Amino acid sequence: MRWRDPIIVAGLAALLATPAFAQEFGREATPEEVALWDIDPRPDGSGLPPGRGSVADGRELYAVHCAACHGEKGEGGPNDRLVGGRGSLDTAAPVKTVGSYWPYATTLYDYIHRAMPYFDPGSLTPDETYAVAAYILNMNGIVPDDAELDAAAMAALEMPNRHGFVPEPEFAPLLPEVTEARD
Amino acid sequence: MNKLSPPVSAAGKKGALSRRKLLSVGSGSVAGGLVAHPAIAGSLADVPQRGVGVPVGATSERSEFVELARITEATPGKRNVDPLDAINSKTPLHKLDGTITPSDLHYERSHSGIPSLDPKTHRLLVHGMSERSLVLDLGDLRRMPSISRVAFIECSGNGWENWKNDDDTLTVQHTHGLISTHEWTGVRLSYIAGLVGRDAASTWMLAEGGDASGMARSIPMTEEILDEAMIAYAQNGEPLRPAHGYPMRLLVPGWEGNLSVKWLRRLKFGDRPFYTRWETSRYTSLMPDGRARQFQLRQEVNSVITSPSGMMEIAPGYNRITGLAWSGHGAVSKVEISTDAGRTWQEARLNGLVLPKAQTRFQLEWHWDGNPTFITSRATDEKGHVQPTREALIEQMGNNALFHYNGQQIWRINAEGNVRHALA
Repeated sequence: MRWRDPIIVAGLAALLATPAFAQEFGREATPEEVALWDIDPRPDGSGLPPGRGSVADGRELYAVHCAACHGEKGEGGPNDRLVGGRGSLDTAAPVKTVGSYWPYATTLYDYIHRAMPYFDPGSLTPDETYAVAAYILNMNGIVPDDAELDAAAMAALEMPNRHGFVPEPEFAPLLPEVTEARD
Repeated sequence: MNKLSPPVSAAGKKGALSRRKLLSVGSGSVAGGLVAHPAIAGSLADVPQRGVGVPVGATSERSEFVELARITEATPGKRNVDPLDAINSKTPLHKLDGTITPSDLHYERSHSGIPSLDPKTHRLLVHGMSERSLVLDLGDLRRMPSISRVAFIECSGNGWENWKNDDDTLTVQHTHGLISTHEWTGVRLSYIAGLVGRDAASTWMLAEGGDASGMARSIPMTEEILDEAMIAYAQNGEPLRPAHGYPMRLLVPGWEGNLSVKWLRRLKFGDRPFYTRWETSRYTSLMPDGRARQFQLRQEVNSVITSPSGMMEIAPGYNRITGLAWSGHGAVSKVEISTDAGRTWQEARLNGLVLPKAQTRFQLEWHWDGNPTFITSRATDEKGHVQPTREALIEQMGNNALFHYNGQQIWRINAEGNVRHALA
């Protein structure tokens, strides 16, 4: 009967796929407030904010905000070691640091920005965050003393352990990077 | 089984010895299968007179004779640390029965402390590859169609004490206390995805917490996860406790615990992983060649004998072996127990509820002849996955993986009946 009407059936399917109740719950987010919370960058640099920071500035900021937990030279302290460990991952005593283990510099920016300093996360400006990241990368011999980093420079950096990860086969079909590399 | 001798009587021949042990062991042993300590009241005449109790109250407290607590830990080997230095807190599996963990004893892993979030101001933003972006609050979630299910959450670090060093002071709380099972209530992720009109081409979702670290993980949008994940707001019938994500958290049954992001405040649909710190430098497992497994998200089939277990003491004769089994692939189909160092195996009985992606209780009656031995359990799930030996696991992963340890747990029993942790 009327249920067989293709237009009505298509209409019902659309209702089920996109619940008619969306307007019943919460409210639409404005683009401005989404931008406020949408902080995650990707390895290609998209999502990183404008700004730039130097190794030299980062050295001073690091001493104030980071050294107490991570050591004067990133050697570690109450919290994670950040420097060194290259060549140790296949030994009996691997040392996982930003230099030896982290695959993307953009992740370093993201983590400092969202989670550090521990007692006041989010307090560093984008320029300061780029600077601290630059100094940590510099201590690991990844960027030179006179380096200044911005979004494009972060994305262009090839981290030492960039190819050190093997994604689970179950999720390989969902990884464009893996698919592209294979093609 | 019929030939088992009856439980050692409190007034039996070992009474004098056991009285001394009672003093030294104290309240550490509370479960069955243990040395039967003589009661203080030897005769019924010694049992205290009945008396009027305290008034009925607003909440029920535990008995003053019961001690139950989690223990805090930093990294493998750094146990019972100051709470300020702790990164997790482990469930006392050896003191619990059944399968449902009491709310206050559910294990905890927090990445930057426990925030106190007022639902009046807490918001969940759902956006990304979708037709619209929505801002939801707790009231919105509570008005939506809800589901309840029993599921375990297990930290991918559960078992990490077993990768390297033997330590005969370890209890099962130390080795396996990073798993708990609750009944969770909330709204299906698929319902929320439907509300915002998620783009079917979105293959990954970022889930972000409202804690200081903004804990964030990329979650693959597989059919299984879309079907089973929920935004939970209740645990065991009560609102989430702050340590477990109040006012709302993600729950991804069967997958590593940190995907079930607590204090959830943002879901973002995308078409590739977001490569947060947690899925690059933290929750990845080093292999012997120096590369690391990434997105090793599913919790594999696992089991452990919780009694008798590390630091307990048993007597010859009848002993009840019991423990817990679970699998992120689905339901447990079989648990076998060896009481002779893995030479022979007997199938244990699965007690009560056997639910997919939930801890399952098993037990076996055993007559211990008093000779030193090793006991262990081995679980199989409905998909046919069999819990590996530690040897096989390390053959595959080396011993620097840190995460996803699911090797068979061995307890060593000496001639005195002392039960101790053992790796082989």
